[in-house]
Amino acid sequence: MTSAMRAPRSLLPLRLDDVVFAIGVRRVIDRVSLTLEAGRRTVIVGPNGAGKSVLLRLCHGLLQPTSGTIAWNALELPGEPRRQAMVFQLPVLLRRSALANIVYALAVARVRTEHREARAREALRKVGLDPLATHPARVLSGGEQQRVALARAWALNPEVLFLDEPTANLDPGATHEIERVIGAMHAAGTKIVLVTHNLGQARRLGDEILFMHQGRLLERASADRFFKQPASPEAAQFLEGELPW
Amino acid sequence: MSDLSQAAAEALRLIVGGDPKLLDIVLLSLRVSLTAVVFACVVGLPLGATVAVSRFPGRRTVVVVLNAFMGLPPVVVGLLVYLLLSRAGPLGAMGLLFTPTAMVIAQAILITPIIAALSRQVVEDAWAEYRDQLRSLGERRFGAVMTMLWDLRFSLVIIVLAGFGRAAAEVGAVMIVGGNIDGVTRVMTTAIALETSKGDLPLALGLGIVLLTIVLALNAAADIVKDTAQRRYG
Amino acid sequence: MVVTRRLFLAASLCVVLGAHAQERFITVASTTSTEQSGLFGYLLPIYEQQTSVKVRVVALGTGQALDVARRGDADVVFVHARTAEEKFLAEGHGVKRYPVMYNDFVLIGPKNDPAKVGGGKDIVVALKKLEAAKAPFVSRGDRSGTHMAELDLWKASGIDIDKTRGAWYRDTGQGMGPALNTAASMGAYILSDRGTWLAFKNRGDLTILVEGDKRLFNQYGVMLVNPVTHPSVKKALGQQFIDWIISPAGQRAIAGYKINGEQLFYPNAGDSNA
Repeated sequence: MTSAMRAPRSLLPLRLDDVVFAIGVRRVIDRVSLTLEAGRRTVIVGPNGAGKSVLLRLCHGLLQPTSGTIAWNALELPGEPRRQAMVFQLPVLLRRSALANIVYALAVARVRTEHREARAREALRKVGLDPLATHPARVLSGGEQQRVALARAWALNPEVLFLDEPTANLDPGATHEIERVIGAMHAAGTKIVLVTHNLGQARRLGDEILFMHQGRLLERASADRFFKQPASPEAAQFLEGELPW
Repeated sequence: MSDLSQAAAEALRLIVGGDPKLLDIVLLSLRVSLTAVVFACVVGLPLGATVAVSRFPGRRTVVVVLNAFMGLPPVVVGLLVYLLLSRAGPLGAMGLLFTPTAMVIAQAILITPIIAALSRQVVEDAWAEYRDQLRSLGERRFGAVMTMLWDLRFSLVIIVLAGFGRAAAEVGAVMIVGGNIDGVTRVMTTAIALETSKGDLPLALGLGIVLLTIVLALNAAADIVKDTAQRRYG
Repeated sequence: MVVTRRLFLAASLCVVLGAHAQERFITVASTTSTEQSGLFGYLLPIYEQQTSVKVRVVALGTGQALDVARRGDADVVFVHARTAEEKFLAEGHGVKRYPVMYNDFVLIGPKNDPAKVGGGKDIVVALKKLEAAKAPFVSRGDRSGTHMAELDLWKASGIDIDKTRGAWYRDTGQGMGPALNTAASMGAYILSDRGTWLAFKNRGDLTILVEGDKRLFNQYGVMLVNPVTHPSVKKALGQQFIDWIISPAGQRAIAGYKINGEQLFYPNAGDSNA
């Protein structure tokens, strides 16, 4: 069996061991240990400043921990196409058409040239944006831009998709669309790790909830259990809306 | 004041008259400065963008030096290039002194720091917005540099125009390395200098107005192109 | 995008290097005053038509022209400062000096002539008057042939100009034209070669006040840069130019150059004392 035929090792599970991220003396992430498994949609909630975005960036590799280890099951080598993707709160699109933005991402991922355009169109179709394929991406509405960002991530066929408050700036209609796409990607096999401050969204999308507060992971439970019976007092206060940070 | 109105009349006469010698001088000026700008961009844009997206020891010094070299005196650059290209100098065997190529070299050296320093600032300002997303996609340094340069192309146009303006306006460097040879290395600025030193001030001013008109026309054209493209791509 | 940029680069390279078309030419280092008199504009087309050899004149101050030749950046030197030229030869940078032509210097000054030198034929007398009156005087100060001639004349007048110069003596470090501009704008006296003066258009209030003194004669010499010490020199083409300019045909051409009907340069290649 040649290496080309052997399926690559899955990236998951991802193990964080005693991870600390400090800026000067301040610990933004304070000794977090957890394991992310494939399958369940993981939603991270918590008050402002809890460190949710930073945790996401640490997992995705945009930040390096001050101490502790972050270990994927398989190594992503530099120069190889990425097998994770991330969608940010504010979509960052290039000054090109929506289609070209996705083709660009596929080019970076070293997808063969002849496949790029078809895959990009398919991704736009899945998010319902194929009529706008040749529109300059930057003149689209906020919701449309976020959908392009999502389509870009989908076209890459990632094993893990990180999302950092993807609908924080969108109206309910656009939010609904984004959530639909996230659901579809999950159904297609991508592991979803989502940060949100929208409890309704957490309820709709979460299979398991990670509750963070002041840089620590205070609670981890299935979504059902967390919303009915939060174990920690902070989580209870948070759900009542009484824990601003 | 009569000098100015005489100059305006001279300028008109020159532009309308279509003097072949003047045309040669204008074309040479454009050839030299545009070629210099091309080389300066090929070196300066990637250099500036790379410094913008990289972190390395001594980076601050590099930035400060780049910025400082924007103010390189043209006559000093001319002198240095002259010493390089002179028969008595290290590159003398190439026989480039007193040719348009020498002028291109001098002007390219003069404006590369301008292109690099200004593009560094423009790219660095935008990098904060792009950095996480590009790294998320797996872009490495070279790819990020090229992507940034192309995405910021509308902001970079003005930098290229600034570089061209500096080149087209300078006289110190091209005078020394070109020698202002009639029909060979005489450009607009050296022609103006010559007419001034001959005391023919209206003609010198007239040539100056012609030069300004050309540079204005170029800038207007660049603005139209940029505007059209920007409308299409946001 | 990368492709178009490469094409552009290639095109520009062709455009620039295309200028290096294979034409026969020599580089002559000469002076700004000779260039600005318009002599080359008149003389060189005649030569170029006859021989198909282009003459590229780099016009600088005499000192700078000789320096350029010392570095081997010119094939022929054509200046008007005999002492400096002979030093150049003695240093081994030149082959032989040929006298070519002469013109003269004139003392220029404001029409109202505060130092009362006008109409005189004696330059030494005039300079003494200028120094005594501390009249504003513009000097080129640039090691040019004209500047060196000016310094020689102060010496001939018995004046140590370095000692007695005051605010009245303006050392500008400029070529003949710019120095005349300066003199015109400040109503000062100045020593100029007749050729530049005749071609000069910004006279303001200035006019010729003293001329004709034999000591004001300005001799031009031409030399081939030594191909032994400077192998890149175009020996044959350079000598061809020199041979022409001292030939009867060349000398006739020089005499034929006139501004407003006035001859500027007097050929004297046959004068072995020049």
